[in-house]
Amino acid sequence: MNESNFIIELKHISKSFGDKVVLDDVSLFVEQGEFVTILGPSGCGKTTLLRILAGFGMADEGEIRIEGKEITDTPPHLRPLNTVFQRYALFPHLNVYDNVAFGLKLKGVKKDEIDERVNKALKMVGMTDYEWRDVNSLSGGQQQRVAIARAIINRPKVLLLDEPLAALDLKMRKDMQMELKQMHKTLGITFVYVTHDQEEALTLSDRIVVMNEGKVQQIGTPTDIYNEPVNSFVADFIGESNIMNGTMIKDKLVSFMGNECECVDVGFGENVPVDVVLRPEDLILSAKTEGFPFQGTVQSCIFKGVHYEMIITTTTGYEIIAQNYKPFEVGTLIGIDIEPSNIQVMKKERLFNTFEGEMIDSTHVKMLGDEFVCNAVPNVEGGEKVTVKVDFDKVDLQDNKEDGTIVGSVHFILYKCDRYHLTVHTEDGENIYVDTHDVWDDCDIVGVRIDPDDIQITLE
Amino acid sequence: MKLPRLFTKRRHWSIPYAIFLFIFVALPLLLIVVYAFQDSEGNFTFSNFTRFITNQESANTFVYSIGIAIITTLLCILFGYPAAYILSRKDLCRSSVMVLLFILPMWINILVRTLATVALFDFLHLPLGEGALIFGMVYNFLPFMIYPIYNTLQKMDYNYIEAAQDLGASPIKVFSKVVFPLSIPGITSGIMMVFMPTISTFAISELLTMNNIKLFGTVVQENINNGMWNYGAALSLIMLLIILATELFNDGEDRVSNEGGII
Repeated sequence: MNESNFIIELKHISKSFGDKVVLDDVSLFVEQGEFVTILGPSGCGKTTLLRILAGFGMADEGEIRIEGKEITDTPPHLRPLNTVFQRYALFPHLNVYDNVAFGLKLKGVKKDEIDERVNKALKMVGMTDYEWRDVNSLSGGQQQRVAIARAIINRPKVLLLDEPLAALDLKMRKDMQMELKQMHKTLGITFVYVTHDQEEALTLSDRIVVMNEGKVQQIGTPTDIYNEPVNSFVADFIGESNIMNGTMIKDKLVSFMGNECECVDVGFGENVPVDVVLRPEDLILSAKTEGFPFQGTVQSCIFKGVHYEMIITTTTGYEIIAQNYKPFEVGTLIGIDIEPSNIQVMKKERLFNTFEGEMIDSTHVKMLGDEFVCNAVPNVEGGEKVTVKVDFDKVDLQDNKEDGTIVGSVHFILYKCDRYHLTVHTEDGENIYVDTHDVWDDCDIVGVRIDPDDIQITLE
Repeated sequence: MKLPRLFTKRRHWSIPYAIFLFIFVALPLLLIVVYAFQDSEGNFTFSNFTRFITNQESANTFVYSIGIAIITTLLCILFGYPAAYILSRKDLCRSSVMVLLFILPMWINILVRTLATVALFDFLHLPLGEGALIFGMVYNFLPFMIYPIYNTLQKMDYNYIEAAQDLGASPIKVFSKVVFPLSIPGITSGIMMVFMPTISTFAISELLTMNNIKLFGTVVQENINNGMWNYGAALSLIMLLIILATELFNDGEDRVSNEGGII
């Protein structure tokens, strides 16, 4: 008996390429007829997940079911799904008609029926009269339409789309988005769509799966994801946002940017560090400053078509981005307020760095693949396993990689309005989280130094 | 100091090559044409060609040579394609040394290889003759078939294969409907590299059949060796025209999907 109504069930999928973990225990359930988008930056594992679903790659662990039937080890040609590839992958030796008819011919469908269905599919994607054209003579947008026709003609249970619009120009992309949405409605097929474009995801999807570093960060409707991001990654990735450190004083009271504000969040506890997210369009700006919780000076004001986008430095030293229909002159001091319900409070993923280490002697600890000097730990002979705690702002990054104890590369940069929060990948594959005022670029190679005073060791 | 203008203009750099081409390619071709239409006294005549058509032996050799060339080419495709396919598949053949081993014979002189084949046949007490001839031809020209096919297969976008699988093609169908059709430019290149040289070869036939079987190349060589330059030139010209015809035929096909071949 089929217990679930889910058409796709991905359970605990893990996949590594060599040492690199690409997917780490990913589970995803998709309902019949849904439009689900897997969203994430490049290298987050979204394409790998799609390929595993299509059968082009095998998961190391986990189970895949379609309509309740297990297909984990089924080769791609026996799976009831079709893919629209990013670079179309139309067969160059076949014309448009033969490309579209490819799947039906393999199934041995009768010629009359093939004719009829090819015409119908081409009509659906607006490519009637192109049947006998050479695929190489078509533009990118036309090729993509043919690729879609080639996939939907087989009446798959699920249509997989791997960044299908990434290679098109903006105008074409917008048009195709609308058409895809329309097509999804008409066909009633389940769509699984992969993209790195958050706007595309918000526009198209019934549900969005946000992925990063091989893990699912959040699953929810576009509104949920936008309004209630669960962590700073999601908040930063989806839409524009001001993310900053704050403290939850008590239920419904949060402190950030040097002031305390009412909010609607409860259940965090008292005096707990949190991340606060303010969407630029939610900030209320006023020429008056009295009676406003925050004041700031306008640094720049740019017209963006519908609204003006301003960068404002608050009197407490935070740099925030705001959107308003009315511009304010650069240099003026303005008042800033925000509705309690628009303050999004998120639990911090971590409050400090934690590393596993091993004592070498009383003043040296081995961690992150190298030896660090630490303050003398009493009663240590060497060989003890320890947990090392280092605060974010106590990690020192050096331009010159020789100046550091170990070498790392800057991986993810989050601007927190008064500081940068960086993720630094070490050569060992561990992550160090760093708070800094210095500007670094993605992929910068840095030397990492930690002062002995800042290495806090706990014996296990 | 200013360099003379001759060296500074980029198109002047091609002058040495133009001279080389003229002396060693254009001029000899011209001489072949001139000689072909002359008798031994230097008068203009068609007699060399009429002699070829009326002379039963020459015409027979010609047809026989083409037959051998076709058989050689077909055998090369038959053995070369699977080899190229295996070499191009990373999951079947991990080592680039394997590719090198297949290509290596191309770098060894054809006479050395052929003499080695003769020695091999001697050693195994196998008779020299037609069988040995075809063996020698295939052995000599196989790399020239493998390489262009390997090249097209290796450059083939793996997306096409995945797209075919995705649309429901079993591994056999993937091959027959996608991989093979897309590798045809490589096969065409291979045919050109094998078929043409086999028509004009004479060393292999001479050595591997103890000069018992004459190929067209042998006839040309014998005539020229024996001082019958005019008749030899006419035969060469006929051979050149055949090669040219194949070339034109191939050219038409190549233009459609000009990917991966090495010519």
